[in-house]
Amino acid sequence: MRAYWALTRRELAGFFLSITGYVIIAATAFLLGLSFVILLVNLQQEPTSMPVTEIFYMTQFFWLILLLAVPVITMRLFALEKYSGTFETLMTTPVSEVQVVTAKFTAALVFYMIIWLPLLGCLLIVRHYSNQTSTLDPGAVGSTFLGILLLGSLFIALGCFASSLTRSQGTAAMISLAFTSSLFLLSFLARRRGNSDWKSQTLAYLGLPDQMHDFVRGVVDTRPVVLYLSLTFLFLFLTLRVVESRRWK
Amino acid sequence: MLPADGRATPNQTKPPLKKSPTLFKTRSLSYLAESLVLPARPLPIPVKGSRLGCRYMSDNWMIEVANLTKRYAGHTAVSNISFSVARGEIVGLLGPNGAGKSTTMRILACAQPGTSGTVRVAGLDVFLESREVRRRIGYMPENNPLHPEMRVLEYLKFRAQLKGLGRARTRDRLDVVTEQCGLKEVGRRIIGQLSKGYRQRVGLADALLHEPELIILDEPTIGLDPRQIRSVRQLIKSLATRHTVLLSTHILPEAEMTCSRMLIMYEGKILAADTPENLQRLMSGNGQVVAEIAAPAAELQECCAQIPEIEQFELSPVEGEYVRCAVTPREGVDLRPQLFALARERGWYLRELTRSRHSLEDIYVQVTGPEEEEEG
Repeated sequence: MRAYWALTRRELAGFFLSITGYVIIAATAFLLGLSFVILLVNLQQEPTSMPVTEIFYMTQFFWLILLLAVPVITMRLFALEKYSGTFETLMTTPVSEVQVVTAKFTAALVFYMIIWLPLLGCLLIVRHYSNQTSTLDPGAVGSTFLGILLLGSLFIALGCFASSLTRSQGTAAMISLAFTSSLFLLSFLARRRGNSDWKSQTLAYLGLPDQMHDFVRGVVDTRPVVLYLSLTFLFLFLTLRVVESRRWK
Repeated sequence: MLPADGRATPNQTKPPLKKSPTLFKTRSLSYLAESLVLPARPLPIPVKGSRLGCRYMSDNWMIEVANLTKRYAGHTAVSNISFSVARGEIVGLLGPNGAGKSTTMRILACAQPGTSGTVRVAGLDVFLESREVRRRIGYMPENNPLHPEMRVLEYLKFRAQLKGLGRARTRDRLDVVTEQCGLKEVGRRIIGQLSKGYRQRVGLADALLHEPELIILDEPTIGLDPRQIRSVRQLIKSLATRHTVLLSTHILPEAEMTCSRMLIMYEGKILAADTPENLQRLMSGNGQVVAEIAAPAAELQECCAQIPEIEQFELSPVEGEYVRCAVTPREGVDLRPQLFALARERGWYLRELTRSRHSLEDIYVQVTGPEEEEEG
């Protein structure tokens, strides 16, 4: 357990000791700021019954951040260490593969949640200036962040898997971008096909944008929760197998 | 992959395929296959701390390598080598680049598995009991990878945590290793900004951190200046009492000075394994002597031809009236007294008299010579 915490701390420190971490934070803060501006403009135009979080989600910056930031966060996890050779020194200490994979995943997830913090700030500003405490429903904010967390953990698990496959950070980022964006685009395919047969219905279960829309409205459906958690575990398990495979004969 | 020793005969009753709880642990399919074709008899009760209860009680050997082979796609890095290292020994692996030194060390350090053969460290199989083995070794890889953004003490503390040292022990050991490796004054510096020598010492300190039984150092002195090399050498020597050290190098004098035994590797095979003295004797059997004598060349040539112990000699003029005289004796005779006597008798000045020692290059040429001829 001590090794797990040590690894997590080191991974997290790795984000803040390199320029990459700050670039990701700055870029995300910029995009969140833009969406905040759009959100304010929308609020000024007409009265609406939508929760603020939903208006934010409608600006579409959400997906841009999710799709672009996650590959950049996760690309370094395994690829960088494999490239620099520190992965070898790491794996020759008596740590288990499970500890390594979970520690890296945890660190990436924590960092990912940190980059979303400016959103909370934006929402608080809206609430402060609207002079209405009801503007910001804590439930909706909570479920929005739950959605961000769950969707993020799925994407990060995908990114971990991509990073464990290669020694090059660039390749890792591209693989995880390909994975996450195809997962995202599947939902459009489902929408196009309508609801005609069992295939489209199955595809509809993977409709990430619609599910996220529920989250920002304050609706927590257990189906996407189970889906995200199980896919997260699946990809973490696959990552584990890849990391273990170096010991296979 | 079934074992080739005939255990997998079809009429043998196989134990029923049980759902193994260890299916998802690190274990290869070949291993599973092997365990399935074991003859049907009661399985031994596993001894605690060792899987399958197959731990060898070999207290004297720190490393036992038997028929180890490592094949990569297309080429064989290590082919069927066997050697053992006793506790407390300092053993040097010598060889040119690509000889399989690093591969052997990586397999010993559990960084990668061998293709076939068994490797035991402290009686534990590196493949089956990898984690126990990793507790017992300190390994410094070839180019000593470190986290460049971390501070020295921070890094060592992180490594201590990974190696499972407690808080108090970490503090004590950090004190000891930073003292041992001369890192006291750079503890707060960032690793990326340190000189190569200091970085090498950080790697060394890391390998020593948990007081491992076996220390594996891949090219520990590469890229260091002579003074640093000397201090690293001293350090390694001082470890010999309590630890076993396996180090690789391609510098012969270094191995000579630090190692109690050397293994010479070439193209994935161990060509020679002996103490440095024995290897030297073996290799420099002809004991060529070089002398620089101020003498008329013709006269010197005559004298040399008269000495019966000289099998062959070669004269070449150097600056002034000095002549460089390289003589090869018969059957390991030391020619130095004779040459000195000759110079004194004739009243010639003698300004150099050395018995040439073979460099590693010569040894390679000698040891690997026949094979290259075969190839040619």
